[in-house]
Amino acid sequence: MIINGVTIDLTFAEAFPMKATRAIITAQNEKWAMISAQAMTGFATSVIACGCEAGIERVLDSSETPDGRPGVSIMIFAMGGKGLAKQLETRAGQCVLTSPTSALFAGIDGGIRIPLGKNLRYFGDGFQIAKVISGKRYWRIPVMDGEFLSEATTGQVDAIGGGNFLVLAESQPQALAACEAAIEEMRKIANVIMPFPGGVVRSGSKVGSKYKALNASTNDAFCPTLKGMTKTDLSSEIESVMEIVIDGLTKEDIAKAMRVGIQAVCDLGADNGIKRISAGNYGGKLGPFHFHLQEIMA
Amino acid sequence: MSALTFTLKHRPDQRVDMSPLVCHHLKDLALPDIAALTLQNGKRKLRVDELFTISGSNAQTIVIKNSFAKLDFIGKELQGGSITVEGDAGAYLGFGMKSGEIKISGNAGLYAACEMKNGYLEIAGNAGDFLGAALPGNKMGMKGGAILVKGCVGERAGDHMRRGIILIEGNAGNYCGSRMTAGTIAVMGQTGRYVGYAMRRGTLLLWNQPRLPASFNDCGAHTLAFLPILFASFNKLNSRFANGASAFNRVQRYAGDMSEMGRGEILVKL
Repeated sequence: MIINGVTIDLTFAEAFPMKATRAIITAQNEKWAMISAQAMTGFATSVIACGCEAGIERVLDSSETPDGRPGVSIMIFAMGGKGLAKQLETRAGQCVLTSPTSALFAGIDGGIRIPLGKNLRYFGDGFQIAKVISGKRYWRIPVMDGEFLSEATTGQVDAIGGGNFLVLAESQPQALAACEAAIEEMRKIANVIMPFPGGVVRSGSKVGSKYKALNASTNDAFCPTLKGMTKTDLSSEIESVMEIVIDGLTKEDIAKAMRVGIQAVCDLGADNGIKRISAGNYGGKLGPFHFHLQEIMA
Repeated sequence: MSALTFTLKHRPDQRVDMSPLVCHHLKDLALPDIAALTLQNGKRKLRVDELFTISGSNAQTIVIKNSFAKLDFIGKELQGGSITVEGDAGAYLGFGMKSGEIKISGNAGLYAACEMKNGYLEIAGNAGDFLGAALPGNKMGMKGGAILVKGCVGERAGDHMRRGIILIEGNAGNYCGSRMTAGTIAVMGQTGRYVGYAMRRGTLLLWNQPRLPASFNDCGAHTLAFLPILFASFNKLNSRFANGASAFNRVQRYAGDMSEMGRGEILVKL
């Protein structure tokens, strides 16, 4: 398959089941909601070393938030429910509770309930106040700037992590420009995050390493500087490869995000140095979710 | 199916215990069986059809017409369904109700919503003393649900209240929120003396400055984030509380009762 001069490889992205949750952070203005959200989703690019993958889903205007203030919706993905709950609580405690004017609300009403402010309330040292409003429990925790308001729990649901595609370009600036265009479109899709810095990862990994201590190492088949010294997947004109990783609530959400992202890359086309779109997989043996690029773009 | 309707034929001299006439008791009964139920009336027992004309068949929707202030225990321990009372109700309206909805067009007597557990009670007129309170000697009053009173309430509203919300459009008598363990009472009108007397936790949300007991301490003026959420939850009510113009988030906060645990608060609109 070729779109606008860009070859879409006959391959698939391989993704895994994960657990996910969503939280809504509000603040006095969008600036402070975003600061808090960025802190909460920081150092959360890959479960390999961060314990979770997290990202900002979208900015919410005042009419979309529970307390009528500007807000940001964030999502956190982890391999298991216990790890997810731990990450959520730690991050909420250190990044939202501490952030001026912030408040924290559940972003998923159903699912398994996991603590949001339920345990953060103990920071209140006995001065905390519970309020049950319309069946939802909120905690009012006295803090130095007033009160930190947090919903007691949020929902944990089954989700999928590791959807991806690779952008193969003739130069590094061209690869990055294409990925930026893709991310801009993909951020309009609900229920997905792209957890890497700016949504883009330049250090795609393979499973395993020559070093026993490491369980992942550089994806040498897609490293352009190794074309002459490893079993490469790159043709001679490819000078840079970048990857976009997608975590989402459902298979459909990820497929939709991949479609708009790949389309944005292809819209730049071969004239802008984009030569191929490929994807990362493990031969289909590890992850139950397969996103076939040509089917998605059909 | 039309609502199961009980129309009072005459006003008995003695009080009537209406507790058998609740939705979950009547749902599997035919009209003749309902007519044959007995109600305690003073020291006598009366058949339902001696007191009421019965019509309709949907026991999940009960209407009591020509009701007056001697019909006690209407909606006792109600579990689902709705009861509409046209007229006044006696004491213990919605006593221990667990779910469902009761609406009354007139006034309610003593101990309305006493030890209520959940559900919704709407009183278009006034309510007597001990609204949402505990029975004498008991430690837990209302434990959940919502009460809306469009008129005024008597003394000791929310006495020993544990959870839930009481909304009062009119005035509240003395000792409003006394001995509260938790929960929320909102009063648009005036409050009487000894407001929040011996309250442990909980919130009294007042539109007008009360005459505060000495055992409440001023914590200053604040903009509280939970108030917009609380007011938003009133949106669907048929009430002045649903009016966006009634909402506020700037309050003077008083903490107390310091003669008790002191974790309660009186929030007064600024």
